Amino acid sequence: MSLRGYSHKFGDDVNTDYIISGRHKFKTLDMKELAKHVMEDLDPDFYSKVASGDFIVAGRNFGCGSSREQAPLAIINADISAVLAKSFARIFYRNCINTGLPLVECNTDLIDAGDELDIDLEAGVVRNLTKNIDIPTTPLPAVMLKILSEGGLVEHFRKYGTFNFD
Amino acid sequence: MKIISKEEGTGLGKTIAEKILSLKSGVDAKANDIVVADLDFVMGQDGTSPLAIQAFQEMEATKVFDPAKIAMVIDHSSPSPLQGVSELHYQMRQFASQQGIFLYDIGEGVCHQLMPEKGHVVSGDLVIGADSHTCTYGAINAFSTGVGSTDLAAGLISGKLWFKVPETFKFIVNGTLPPGVYSKDLILYLIGDVTADGATYMAAEYVGPAIDALSIEARFTISNMAIEMGAKVGLMEADDKTREWVENQSGRPFAPVTADSDAVYARIKEYDVSNLEPQVAKPHTVDNVSPVSEVTGIPIQQGVIGTCTNGRIEDLRIAASILKGRKVCPGVRLIVAPASRQVMLQAIREGLLETFVESGAAVVTPGCGPCVGTHNGVPSDGENVISTANRNFKGRMGNNKAFIYLASPATVAASVLTGSITDPREFIK
Repeated sequence: MSLRGYSHKFGDDVNTDYIISGRHKFKTLDMKELAKHVMEDLDPDFYSKVASGDFIVAGRNFGCGSSREQAPLAIINADISAVLAKSFARIFYRNCINTGLPLVECNTDLIDAGDELDIDLEAGVVRNLTKNIDIPTTPLPAVMLKILSEGGLVEHFRKYGTFNFD
Repeated sequence: MKIISKEEGTGLGKTIAEKILSLKSGVDAKANDIVVADLDFVMGQDGTSPLAIQAFQEMEATKVFDPAKIAMVIDHSSPSPLQGVSELHYQMRQFASQQGIFLYDIGEGVCHQLMPEKGHVVSGDLVIGADSHTCTYGAINAFSTGVGSTDLAAGLISGKLWFKVPETFKFIVNGTLPPGVYSKDLILYLIGDVTADGATYMAAEYVGPAIDALSIEARFTISNMAIEMGAKVGLMEADDKTREWVENQSGRPFAPVTADSDAVYARIKEYDVSNLEPQVAKPHTVDNVSPVSEVTGIPIQQGVIGTCTNGRIEDLRIAASILKGRKVCPGVRLIVAPASRQVMLQAIREGLLETFVESGAAVVTPGCGPCVGTHNGVPSDGENVISTANRNFKGRMGNNKAFIYLASPATVAASVLTGSITDPREFIK
């Protein structure tokens, strides 16, 4: 699967309260509505700036904080196609795989805001088209790749009724 | 149960995390292995359960694996402040009633107080909760960790979850905490030292004389905040205090798990806390920690005592001992949220609530209180809040233009009396 879009850059330790604030997420299960507030405490205009297929690009420890799955769901529903960071917090990481949001762990110092990127998830390569460089990525564990390739954990359970990694 | 992927181990001994995940998966698992393991208890709260119920339905499941091993807790927006929230609470009540699982409704308390208090968790257990502070029960030697709603749904259906066995970061804490310095100060200090991602993906093990000297309640405060250093669990060994506490709360048999002396650790750090000052985490990250002497005098408009970090009876006793016979500073608001109904009842019996109310505090429903920004005390623009909670992220309490400081119940109590951040030792003889 190849993804192409533009970079929106953030710093280190972007927590799930910043991705989607508690003052919104407890109210509704309408993820399209929540998506309008994605990242708003860091950038109030973020939702209006994003074009379909764009990427969130951040530093270390992206998604730290609470276990709210509304965080990846709000990102997905804002039409962001993947998140790239130097590292991810573990609950967020699992939640992304389970909900089908691709994550890419790589050296994001090589990407600036507005850069055009082409991501090959299977090959594990991020191509920065603006800077004309290839950025290597950390591969996903096999279990996670299987869940992600099946479309998330809901699909996995619909198919098998339980965990099946045979 | 077979092992899913196997890394070559180097040492012979095992950490607590490796032992519990080996026992629960039925394989000889070491750090970085991936296993599917049996769950002893599964928990969700009102911010995460509605999505899990939706996922449960989408997974085409009809029955939970074992209703006696599942609880849902309405604590985050409790009682409901909004009609939309009320509808989500209704879904939880319906699901709980249909499936016969435990439901703790408004006024029962914070999920992380209730799980151990109601005896749902015992030493040696493997527990998941759809809340990041599920790591709290590591204090009683349970491997307990936070997950999202879809993982929760998978757990509800199968009673299992896949885990990557974490490496372990061992914190050896020597010395004796001085008077006026508490386990909250200790864990803030450790987080400040290793930073917010210092233990990412690792299990934390907290050991040493300073940990042994703490009560179980004080230990919960430390394990509760393991996630704030990125850890998956915050484990402690079970001693006589643990055994006695767990036996009092739960009728379930249990087998504590100890680390082997030749266990392999990814990192070990050693501390001496004999000269530790009270600590304060400054806005807007939990690892932005200073000794109280560096922030003394910063004006505050609101204080909060409660939450899954510091809303237990010992915390209320410490705060009340400082507030007794004194008044909250004019222009400052104090909100007290006991961690559970049982804690509130005990506080009533001991006269602590009388002390709080007389001092000028607003006592609110047992639950998460104002910590997550949904109700019960959202600060206004530019205000400073000092809270016993575990997070001070921008916007956390519902206003991204407010500033949140984190401290011990003693420091919060002292600060609301003076109207600015204050060393509690000024009020402790």
